[in-house]
Amino acid sequence: MSSAPMLAVDSLSAWYGAARILYDLSFEVGRGEVVALMGRNGAGKSTTLKAVMGLLAQRQGKVRFNGDDISALKPFEIARRGLGFTPEDRRIFVDLTVMENLDIGRQAPRTFADGAPAPSWTPDKLFALFPNLAEMPNRLGNRMSGGEQQMLTVARTLMGNPLLVLLDEPSEGVAPLIVEQMASTIVELKKEGLSILLSEQNIHFARLVADRVYVLEKGQIHWQGSMTQLDNNPDVQRAYLTV
Amino acid sequence: MTLSAFLFQALNGLSTASGLFFIAVGLSLIFGVTRIINIAHGSLYMLGTYIAYSFATKIGGVLGFWGGILATALIVGAIGALIEIVLLRRIYRAPELFQLLATFALVLVINDATLWLWGPEDLLGPRAPGLGGAVEVLGRKLPTYDLFLIFVGPLVLVILHFALARTRFGRLIRAATQDREMVGALGVNQSILFTSVFALGALLAGLGGALQVAREPANLATDLVAIGDAFVVVVVGGMGSITGAYLAAVIIAEVKALCIGIGVVDFGFISVNFSKLTLVAEFLVMAVVLIARPYGLLGRAQATVRSIAEPEEPIRPATPMLKALAVTVLALLLCLPLLAQSSPYLLILGIDVLIAVIFATSLHFIMGPGGMHSFGHAAYFGLGAYGAALLVKWLGVPMGLALAAAPLVALAGALLFGWFAVRLSGVYLAMLTLAFAQIVWAAVFQWEGFTGGSNGVIGVWPPPPFDKSWVYFVLTLLLAVTGVLLLRRFLFAPFGYAMRAGRDSPLRAEAIGIDVKRVHWLGFAIAGGVCGVAGGLFAFAKGSISPETIGVGRSIDGLVMVLLGGIQTLTGPIVGASVFATLQDTVMRQTEYWRALLGAIILLLVLAFPQGIVGAFAAIWRKGKIEKSEGAS
Amino acid sequence: MSVLAVHSLSKAFGGVRAVNEVGFAVERGEFLAMIGPNGAGKSTCFNMINGQLAPDSGEILFEGKNIAGLVPRTIWQLGVGRTFQVAATFGSMTVAENVQMALLSHAREIYSLWRPAGEMHRERALDLLEQVGMREAADRPSRELAYGDVKRIELAIALANEPRLLLMDEPTAGMGARERHELIELVKRLVVERNISVLFTEHSMDVVFAFADRIIVLARGRVIADGDAAAIRDNAQVREVYFGTGKTFAQSTSQGAAS
Repeated sequence: MSSAPMLAVDSLSAWYGAARILYDLSFEVGRGEVVALMGRNGAGKSTTLKAVMGLLAQRQGKVRFNGDDISALKPFEIARRGLGFTPEDRRIFVDLTVMENLDIGRQAPRTFADGAPAPSWTPDKLFALFPNLAEMPNRLGNRMSGGEQQMLTVARTLMGNPLLVLLDEPSEGVAPLIVEQMASTIVELKKEGLSILLSEQNIHFARLVADRVYVLEKGQIHWQGSMTQLDNNPDVQRAYLTV
Repeated sequence: MTLSAFLFQALNGLSTASGLFFIAVGLSLIFGVTRIINIAHGSLYMLGTYIAYSFATKIGGVLGFWGGILATALIVGAIGALIEIVLLRRIYRAPELFQLLATFALVLVINDATLWLWGPEDLLGPRAPGLGGAVEVLGRKLPTYDLFLIFVGPLVLVILHFALARTRFGRLIRAATQDREMVGALGVNQSILFTSVFALGALLAGLGGALQVAREPANLATDLVAIGDAFVVVVVGGMGSITGAYLAAVIIAEVKALCIGIGVVDFGFISVNFSKLTLVAEFLVMAVVLIARPYGLLGRAQATVRSIAEPEEPIRPATPMLKALAVTVLALLLCLPLLAQSSPYLLILGIDVLIAVIFATSLHFIMGPGGMHSFGHAAYFGLGAYGAALLVKWLGVPMGLALAAAPLVALAGALLFGWFAVRLSGVYLAMLTLAFAQIVWAAVFQWEGFTGGSNGVIGVWPPPPFDKSWVYFVLTLLLAVTGVLLLRRFLFAPFGYAMRAGRDSPLRAEAIGIDVKRVHWLGFAIAGGVCGVAGGLFAFAKGSISPETIGVGRSIDGLVMVLLGGIQTLTGPIVGASVFATLQDTVMRQTEYWRALLGAIILLLVLAFPQGIVGAFAAIWRKGKIEKSEGAS
Repeated sequence: MSVLAVHSLSKAFGGVRAVNEVGFAVERGEFLAMIGPNGAGKSTCFNMINGQLAPDSGEILFEGKNIAGLVPRTIWQLGVGRTFQVAATFGSMTVAENVQMALLSHAREIYSLWRPAGEMHRERALDLLEQVGMREAADRPSRELAYGDVKRIELAIALANEPRLLLMDEPTAGMGARERHELIELVKRLVVERNISVLFTEHSMDVVFAFADRIIVLARGRVIADGDAAAIRDNAQVREVYFGTGKTFAQSTSQGAAS
């Protein structure tokens, strides 16, 4: 990476109540890079994304994003700096229509630290990316299937014109066909210049999208390297991913 | 009653419905977004009437009246914003119960502030300039102002409806109602959203109160009456539905109006005064609606609110240390009569504390292990107390029998109310129990011929040898120990486990064959019955019982006791009750403004321990651990 | 007679037919997987069988008795066990107490007010925990357990009423590959020992292909395929609506069957 990383996390720790979940995690995501946090269930992947987003009450450590220190900011302030968050359990607004959901996520266009404009999104552009959604602009969230909801979650985040998207387990709990669509969407977004940090258990999925991987176990990083290196390292796969 | 008189009453009901709608819709909106049940909403409504009165009388004329109403709405809205910023913002992450307590505390503070500013007298405002006359409808005179009110309600409903459906603010409200955290993660400043929603809700309540100025006198009891009505309206209409709120307001107001309109009816063998049955009628409407539609007319099943409370430890039998401690305390208490020779007040205090212990322990039984946050436990205290006192008054039964009847009366009441209450959960249940307690209170208050109305029942003294304080103290101690041990035994039995299972995971409990509603219903009834013992003892200890001693204040006392001691421990309510009752007997009797003082104490408690006392200690312990681990590394 | 026989089961939500004339049967001792795209009606179907939803029409015969429209606790009492997609235990109880709770309910003793529950059915609870490999954790608070262990406790609870049919809604959701296989192997062993029939939904194709005796595929509320792993894998329609190219999961059936 030539320029400063898009996201730089230094010694991040987090707690749920009395239980410590994360132990001094340090990692980076470069501009235009797709990085996967991998590990078993309960390894701390989702917690890491939430901690970066400011959604945990108890965390410590430094988070720099697009040149700014965002460690002490509230989630809405972090979102307004261009960090998008797509939660694992989708959390779309079920009483609102597709268009209304997109409207909630709407933010002004923004630029990178070097002044280059970030990809900006309109409903029409998103409908081109997710043709399924284009067929149902006025459908209520609770009338959509799981796969459609998954797409809406990503589209809603993109409406904020983010510089980097935190994508929590995009392949969890959806049909193989939808998983494939998600993979090609992520590749599309990367082409647009977006950075993506995703949490993932499915190595087949990660192989299709990720440039680099951090492997988590019990809230600590145990291995890091490129996707190719991970692919050629059955020991790590067995120890932490159990393919 | 003729058809025209009937229709005329119906019109009257519509004008009342507008006022009910204003307060209920604000309550519903605020709850939707902030998840806080603002019990002080009735107080904001009451403030509206008082402030509008001052404008109308001090400035006077068209400007003072109509301008005053608008200004009042804005002022109350601003007060709401202030409350949100200064108080509620600090406690959004606190357990639900603490939030409810905080708004309860506001009720107390606002009531005393109103008393201090405007005095205890009822204040009737002037007639509305321009609408002071009456129009003839169906051969009767309907005040023009009432006609005006009939139209204001639906007008505001339509405006709100469009604002929610068509504006970004409305979309944000609807989205935040479902998932406020997600709205924040999408870049929306929640603080501003929350403050504006709270201000809007307060403004509507203030407007509703202000519009009453030409209709009804400003009165210090309005706050609790209004919030009670609003709860019923919200429960009937369905939480979160503004159309439902209007519909329910109309139904409730109509039923009440018709009861008053029907008046006394002679059925030949018995004559019934329907105008005294307004509260019973309200209750019946709610009952019917809840049976048919548990989430109200236009409501939907509530989404599960993410719990952020600390998880509870498994219960373990008492350690030898705890047992030894209990025996020691018991021995000391038995020695109290000896000490009391030098200080007779000590025994009175002792009796009060023991009654509080029974009261709090029975409340904890359903609140803690049952997870049912009753905000109306005073109802069963009242049923026990009145049950015993009225048996003495009307049938002259001896004390023993009256005391034995007390828990049975309370049990019967708890079986009836509990059947409805367990159909709901969380804050809905809290609201419903509070509404039931208000109904008991009002029944006692309104049914003067039987209960003595506001004077209550007097002359309920214990016969010898119980007229001696120390004998009565020993009796109270005996019953308190029995009650506490019995409830404890139940908690360790399969029934207590089933109650906790239903609380921990209702779905899982049902899936292993437990009828959760039935178990919780019986738990509710048991708690009510034991609470009735406290009521019976209280009546004989004081020699009298009156409506004010079984009011909403006593329900709050119980909550404070349980929370003070710690809801997740079995001994907590005992400690909490002892501390609180002692405090109340010694400190709070010193001032006329005891409500404000109590409110201030609760607010301090809530702000000092926003995670609850247990949570606060856990946090301190955690912090210590982190620092220690950092020091080591 | 089939343990479970479903005939013409239908359910609509606001005009949308979530489940449309679905019919299938589970034979004694059979391990039947139900798969399909999200929104195909699997959960709705499941929730009608376990009693959480009442069907609009159709029959659900459990050992010949129609259980359609009965509440979950009655269905459980008839001998249908169940595990949840998101594992749920009674957080304020110990592991053993969680299992005891199910045993107390099975013995119709939950309304007992006097005997301390802690010592009732404890031996039997420990025995069940032994079988799922969780005997050591018996006296720990259940909320402290790791997710995979909670799934095992759920299994012990589900076996407490000696069910003849076990319903498992995405039993391995949120688990890593090894955990997944271990859990399903355990389930398979326990149900074979007891001759229990199992109906489960699943998105992990490796698990489905390795363990299911038979697979039914739902799409848009209808059964579109019914057969063994090989038949389903080669079914063009299933490929189109559900599998895609198969790049995102390990597909080999022979490898799974060997493990």
